[in-house]
Amino acid sequence: MSTQRENDPGRLELLQGTLDLLILRTLVLGSQHGQGIARAIQQTSDEELLVEHGALYPALQRLEERGWISAKWGTSANNRKARFYSLTSAGHKQLAKETSKWNRLTAAIGRILESEEA
Amino acid sequence: MFGRIFRRKRSAADFGDELQAHIRLEEERWCEQGLSPEEAHTRAHRAFGSVTHTQERFYESRHWVFLDQLWNDVRYAARVLRKSPSFAIAAILTLAMAIAANVVVFSVTNALFLRPLNLPDEQRIYLVEHAADRSRPHSYPNYVDLRDRNQSFDGLATFGVVGVGLSTSQNGQSPTLNWGWEVSGNYFDVLRIRPYLGRFFHASDEHGRNSAPYIVLSYSYWHNHFRDDPDAVGRSVRLNKHPFTIIGVTPPEFHGTVPFVAADFYAPQIDQQDIEGVNNLEARGVGSVQVVVGRLKAGVTPAQATADLNSIGAYLQKTYPNDDQEMAFTIEHIGAFGSDQDAAQGTEAFLGALMLLAGLILLAACANLGSLFSARAADRSREIAVRLALGSSRARVLRQFFTEATLISLAGGVMGLWSSSVLLQWLSGWHPVPRYPVQAAVNPDFNVYALALLLALVSGLLFGAVPVRQVLETNPYGVIKSGSTGKTRGRITVRELLLTVQIALCAVLVTSSFVAVRGLIRSMHNSLGVDPRNVMLVDVDMNTAGYRGADVPPVQKRVIEAMHTIPGVQAAAWTNVPPLTLDCCATSQIFTDQTANLTPANAAIRATTFRVSLEYFQVTHTALLSGREFTWNDDKTAPRVAVVNQRFARRVFGSVNSALGSDFKLGDGTRIQVVGVIEDGKYGSTTEGPHEAMFLPILQAPSDDAWLLVQSPRDSQQLASAIRSKLNDVDPSFVAFFQTWNQGLEGSAFGARMAAMSLGVLGIMGAILSVTGIFGMASYAVSKRKRELGIRMALGARSKEVVRAALGPAVKLLFFGSAVGLLLGFLASRVLAAIVYEATPRDPLVLAGVVLAMALVGLLATWIPAQRALAIDPAMLLREE
Repeated sequence: MSTQRENDPGRLELLQGTLDLLILRTLVLGSQHGQGIARAIQQTSDEELLVEHGALYPALQRLEERGWISAKWGTSANNRKARFYSLTSAGHKQLAKETSKWNRLTAAIGRILESEEA
Repeated sequence: MFGRIFRRKRSAADFGDELQAHIRLEEERWCEQGLSPEEAHTRAHRAFGSVTHTQERFYESRHWVFLDQLWNDVRYAARVLRKSPSFAIAAILTLAMAIAANVVVFSVTNALFLRPLNLPDEQRIYLVEHAADRSRPHSYPNYVDLRDRNQSFDGLATFGVVGVGLSTSQNGQSPTLNWGWEVSGNYFDVLRIRPYLGRFFHASDEHGRNSAPYIVLSYSYWHNHFRDDPDAVGRSVRLNKHPFTIIGVTPPEFHGTVPFVAADFYAPQIDQQDIEGVNNLEARGVGSVQVVVGRLKAGVTPAQATADLNSIGAYLQKTYPNDDQEMAFTIEHIGAFGSDQDAAQGTEAFLGALMLLAGLILLAACANLGSLFSARAADRSREIAVRLALGSSRARVLRQFFTEATLISLAGGVMGLWSSSVLLQWLSGWHPVPRYPVQAAVNPDFNVYALALLLALVSGLLFGAVPVRQVLETNPYGVIKSGSTGKTRGRITVRELLLTVQIALCAVLVTSSFVAVRGLIRSMHNSLGVDPRNVMLVDVDMNTAGYRGADVPPVQKRVIEAMHTIPGVQAAAWTNVPPLTLDCCATSQIFTDQTANLTPANAAIRATTFRVSLEYFQVTHTALLSGREFTWNDDKTAPRVAVVNQRFARRVFGSVNSALGSDFKLGDGTRIQVVGVIEDGKYGSTTEGPHEAMFLPILQAPSDDAWLLVQSPRDSQQLASAIRSKLNDVDPSFVAFFQTWNQGLEGSAFGARMAAMSLGVLGIMGAILSVTGIFGMASYAVSKRKRELGIRMALGARSKEVVRAALGPAVKLLFFGSAVGLLLGFLASRVLAAIVYEATPRDPLVLAGVVLAMALVGLLATWIPAQRALAIDPAMLLREE
């Protein structure tokens, strides 16, 4: 997952493998095109997370190939052509799995870090 | 799942459209926030990152880029190799030769030791042997008991070889001598062989004597004599004048259960009376020639099976105390050498050594190719530098090099496999002994192909790895600026070490092939006790012509008389088997006259036994030391007599003089008087040690199948036709086989000849590799030091000094390697002694020959580089640089 290196020293780079989870989570709210997903991730994270937009598309492509999201061309709110992605039922399941995995991971890492501090 | 497979692939253009749409959306958003279109464009692109990179990632996700690059590498490698064809051809041929050597040696080993018979699940097939002497014949009734009472085998079958006059005409005319297996009805079922054509006979076809007049043809006999005619099945043939119906053909890969001997046909054992005129089906005590073979049941160990058989043996011993003694058994794999453990071990050791040598040859070839590759890498340093400078990674360059190496190694592997399979096919179809259907069916199987591929790939990696360091150390800046830099390393390089090993290997091979050839020549000139020159051997089977028992001796006498009417014939005699041929010889237990209990343990000696007619010793030129030869009066009515050799006389009676007129006993109690003593000789083969031998008059100890020995200085072709016409006068239905005794001798020296030949071939290969190896090293050294040598010459160095400077290291390696190789070769010759009689390295001629050969190798290899070194023109060189 490449991230932007220049500027924005205060922003967090994405951890390996977390982009998939973020995309799936974003699409729970309804179908969205790539630019919308990028915007949503940035805004929902209070501009803390930095997603290089270019990295988004191979990830979307991968998720689509795995059958977790589906895509079709449509028109955006301001009448622009865009490719819209929506979550499939397999995608819903995957999201649940990934979310619980993520929660366990952060909890475990959190515990380790706290014990280090103590 | 399926949707994913069948879904139409998304095009790169579609993906690109999406990226453009994203950028436009983004720009629009920034414009809405009040930025200028230019600013919006910049922001959108900055947030996106590289569009090209994203598109590349999309491409990579759809294609197997590794394969893509590989394909490019392969195409580029092929182009590069096409541009330097001499390099490619030299490399491929070298490798092909080395791989072929390995494949051939491995195939032979595979055929001899791993799968001698090419049977399904061969590891579970065992022969039943007598534990006492590892002999194999069992009587038929004992076999039936073993077959029916054992719990350990999925079936026990028998087989025995028989030579038969086979006639395809209805009236049994013009029979030819053919070799068949008499087998039990369950033979094919136990071995799990399926018919190629028609059907096989089964145990259920056996209903007592002569009840199953069927034969099954071997594939090669059907192929050669019936020209693949499927209608052959169902036809009737005559075996020794009795009608038999062809019911099937065995598959081509089946060669019976005797290694090296291919049967023409298979006939039921139960018909023995019809086929041979006698049968051993009822006699329990007589050890007939049945070999018992069985397939061990799954889960039964050989030890359990042996115990099972021995309990049956104990039962037989108790039930038939008169016929069955010492009924202890052991089981063994069939193996290529029968019960001849010495030959098996000798050959195993020899083949093991050959495998090692072939492996070393491959290693030597890899070393040569490695040098070639690294020399090429040095020549291509500019290309490498340019590629590195243009942004190629070193790994990518190395991959290119390895692709070239692999391409060459695969081509070499394919060629090696092809040439070795040609050689093996020739070997499989080769009949080294014309008399018998002897052949070594060397079937390359999956193991062999896998080995060839593996060897090719491994060697490709090996020699491809040699220039790795050169590539890694390439400094693009330096190379492009100043051309290739010749760095000289002071210490011994891996290449030099390999070359030394290679030269040593060559010397080992040359030494051992010289030793083998010298041993062969010497054993040919040994006192054989017989003189095989000008003697024609004619195998005349009385049986096939219908003569039995008491009819035989008068006919044999008439034949001898007929031979004497041929002009130029000096002597003619019968023997049951001629010495020094593959048929030789049977032995008998000999007891002193005082021995009362005639058990094998009490035997004084085992003597090689011949049954001969008078004049035999004249034909063979064997010197009579004392006493007399046989006469026609030594017949059934006269007391039993024998002529023995010197060693026999000494061992049994103490001396030649005390032997004359004394008696000894045979195992059946017959008392025989010694009437003559002859000189010692060789009997089984020219390479054997001294043996005791006994000659019995053929009139007193008749033999149906006997050889006629006719001595005449006439041309062998003319003599053969004269003998044939005389034989026809006596009886036109005789089946006779002709060969000169010298031809017969060749069969018995087969092993030694093969050994000398294979060593010679490997020796030549080793020499070629050494020459090219030294040549490569020397000429590389000359080109690298061209400038230095030129300066030396300009400063007044004499040509001797220049040559020494240029070639000194190579010559040093040659000396050192040769010395080591000679030493190792002498040690290795001990293995040879097991196969080639009289093979000894302690022979000044061998030593001189090896030194000469290695000197020749050195001269050949350094001649051209030396000329090149001398041809250096200092003025030219200095102007060039």
